[in-house]
Amino acid sequence: MDKAVSFLSFVILYGVSYGLVLFLISIGLVLTMGLMRVVNLAHGSFAAIGGYLCAFLMNRYAFPYGVAVVASVLAVAALSVPIERVFYARLYGASELDQVLMTVGLMLATAATITLVFGPDVYPSSLPGVLARNIDLGFRTFQAYRLFVIVLGVALLVALWYVFDRTSFGALVRAAVDNPSMAESTGINVKLLFSATFALGSGLAAMGGAIGFAMLPLEPLYPFKYLTLVLVVVVLAGIGNIKSSAGVAVAVGVVDTTGRYLAPTYGAFLIYGFLILVLLLRRLGAPGRGIA
Amino acid sequence: MTATLVVRDLCKRFGALTVSDHVSLTLPAGARHALIGPNGAGKTTFLGLLSGTLSADSGTVVFRGQDITREAPSRRVKRGLVRTFQISKLFANLTVFENFYLPCNELAGTSANMLRPARRNGAVIDKADAMMADLGLLDVRDRLAAELSYGQQRLVELGIALCLEPKVLLLDEPAAGIPSGETGIILAAIERLPPEIAVLLIEHDMQIVRRFASGVTVLVSGSVLMSGTPDEVMESQEVRRVYLGRTGRRRLAGARDA
Amino acid sequence: MTYRILRRGVHPAEAGYWLALLAIFLVFPTHLSLATTALIFALFALSYDLILGFAGIVSLGHAVFYGVGAYSAGLLALGGVREPISGALLAGLTAAALGACIAPLVLLFDGLALMMMTLAIGVIFYEAANKLTWLTGGDDGLHGIVIDPLFGVFRWSVYGYTSYLYVLGWLFVLFVLVRTIVGSPFGAALQGIRENTTRMYLVGAPVRLHLFRVYVMSAFVAGIAGALSAQTTQFVGLEVISLDQSIDAMVMLVLGGAGRLYGGLIGAPVYIVVRDWASAWNPYYWMFVISALLIAVVRFGRRGILGAADGLADAARRYIARGVP
Repeated sequence: MDKAVSFLSFVILYGVSYGLVLFLISIGLVLTMGLMRVVNLAHGSFAAIGGYLCAFLMNRYAFPYGVAVVASVLAVAALSVPIERVFYARLYGASELDQVLMTVGLMLATAATITLVFGPDVYPSSLPGVLARNIDLGFRTFQAYRLFVIVLGVALLVALWYVFDRTSFGALVRAAVDNPSMAESTGINVKLLFSATFALGSGLAAMGGAIGFAMLPLEPLYPFKYLTLVLVVVVLAGIGNIKSSAGVAVAVGVVDTTGRYLAPTYGAFLIYGFLILVLLLRRLGAPGRGIA
Repeated sequence: MTATLVVRDLCKRFGALTVSDHVSLTLPAGARHALIGPNGAGKTTFLGLLSGTLSADSGTVVFRGQDITREAPSRRVKRGLVRTFQISKLFANLTVFENFYLPCNELAGTSANMLRPARRNGAVIDKADAMMADLGLLDVRDRLAAELSYGQQRLVELGIALCLEPKVLLLDEPAAGIPSGETGIILAAIERLPPEIAVLLIEHDMQIVRRFASGVTVLVSGSVLMSGTPDEVMESQEVRRVYLGRTGRRRLAGARDA
Repeated sequence: MTYRILRRGVHPAEAGYWLALLAIFLVFPTHLSLATTALIFALFALSYDLILGFAGIVSLGHAVFYGVGAYSAGLLALGGVREPISGALLAGLTAAALGACIAPLVLLFDGLALMMMTLAIGVIFYEAANKLTWLTGGDDGLHGIVIDPLFGVFRWSVYGYTSYLYVLGWLFVLFVLVRTIVGSPFGAALQGIRENTTRMYLVGAPVRLHLFRVYVMSAFVAGIAGALSAQTTQFVGLEVISLDQSIDAMVMLVLGGAGRLYGGLIGAPVYIVVRDWASAWNPYYWMFVISALLIAVVRFGRRGILGAADGLADAARRYIARGVP
């Protein structure tokens, strides 16, 4: 019984917190792909930059954790606006290959810049004392940090739900994701909407990178490493499907964590095997590839 | 004599919308038949059902005695049931020659050949060249399809279908959108179609129908209103009411006297 | 960007290319190991060209075949099959067999779903290689791969003379094979599939079958490239089956020009040279240069170096690269 509780608490604390970080990173891509129909493989870069910036501000300028997180999120969101205009605007309507190539290029450029500035090794990042402290529940001890991530993650989830479900901005985004050309013809300023959504998505990713840096260590290949996981979430949730991406991300986090815990040798495969299964099931349920 | 294409009670529904309602049609060899009807009547859907890109809910499509209702599009093409599209589906970045080479290549069965150079595929090359000559496209042989005029592109669209030596040819508004100065070539090409082929033509232009078709089927809201010769159809009160309207009648009168 | 179906003959610049590769042997004897790597990557990029450039399949997991080829060749050598040519062939066939198994799954998809499928398969294989340490050596890799002298006569020296000519030989032979395939009626059909898949279905083409064939062939060539890597460096590490390796193939090919036979053969050496040269300034600078090049290529029409050379040739009316396949 004890073991079960311990195991369950592990899954919940580690899997859910991991999943929520993944959610924060992935939701931006769900939005971008749904709204702008761009396969943005470089999305993880924003998370990486967010994480690095946060750690940097803490290490170099002794920013308190909370301030550093907020500052890096705002910085990345601001930075994303010119990036979107310069690089991504050309990709709207471009072929998939072009999008892949351009975003791979951006991913490489980010990795290169990070290596140049911060060096090739894992960048040291430490949590503030209050979060790094361990909490002892008797059957399990864990870092307060995990709880913090869950609380914050859920709060953000609720906030996002509110934005998308209750505000006119959210309605605009949902409408445009659903039917871009229709949205445009009703007079919505698509350019502005794209920029705003892109900034929101990038900011959220940066948030994920910043609050997640104790889980997802900061290294130059960060965008590459987590690309597959983020894409898994996006594809499983369904492109543009804001509502399900939270559930999917948490599920992915839990499955991945559980898999690695239960079967360290083969656990890592679990999530990718699952993805393949889902893709196949979806496909076989809807035949007719290639025919208009 | 078995008709080449026999369609019986073909039905297709999209949710609550019935797009094909027990449509029946018979095309003997050598037929020149037109399918007309107001926009949204389900004409293009019908072609989709015949060519296999859409699957029917019920009814049968029998091609030369064989039931092909459930067959995949590429199988139907191999049998000789070929269609063209209202919006051309060309190989835009390939030359006109290459656009014809590819279907001829498939028909001849040489597309599995990996070791012989494509340029030695004499029979296929000759056929492609002959097709271009037939359609008057020789002078744009090496131009990319995307660079052609709209009328020429429609010719290429037709040519691709003809390269496949169809027994039944389904033409979806072949002359649509072509500036009136250029329609002549495509109409002449349609007239020169081999007499054995059964042709089903979707058209809006009554003059073309009059000139070309010996039989007409009128489709309205997914079901057949009537079938007959062009004269019969155009005399029909119902058709006039539903479809031709006053302008149509005038044009019809004009076409008859032409 | 299209390989014209009725292309005839050999362009003089081609002879120049192969002679230059031979000349490197004489002129840069101290850089042979780098040159050998460049040629192996060129072969890998060529295999990727088959599916990406000619058939239009955007795969993000092609390193699976390269890696399987490398591990197979390594394991064969460690297991006693030390004759290099047969070792490489067997490795290539193993990769091809794997390709035959994977292709039906992958080819069910299109666009993003296909990319994801290949990505997921790639990651699974990477994790497998990582975890199956008894087979692959895991993180440490396969060491101590020893290959018999080529043709029983030519020893594998530290300077890499034999390695270079061995790889060059393979590259040439496989290039001729790929060129034949691409110039055949089958190759024409592939380009048709890339240009307008729907239409190809509607002219009665067995699209999936055609794609299956090219996928297996591409796996074969990639497998041999991996095998050559194992044989010449006498080591197989996890990186051969990593996502990085797959992305490398894409980058190298696009740099040179996808859909052109010589795309990978130009792109790979450029990539390797830039990486080597830029590293001399700053170990991390090269990634930056490559990414800038890649972005520039996409920005300017994705025709790569060969495309740019074509453009120059047209503009300057000189016979530089026009007509180079």
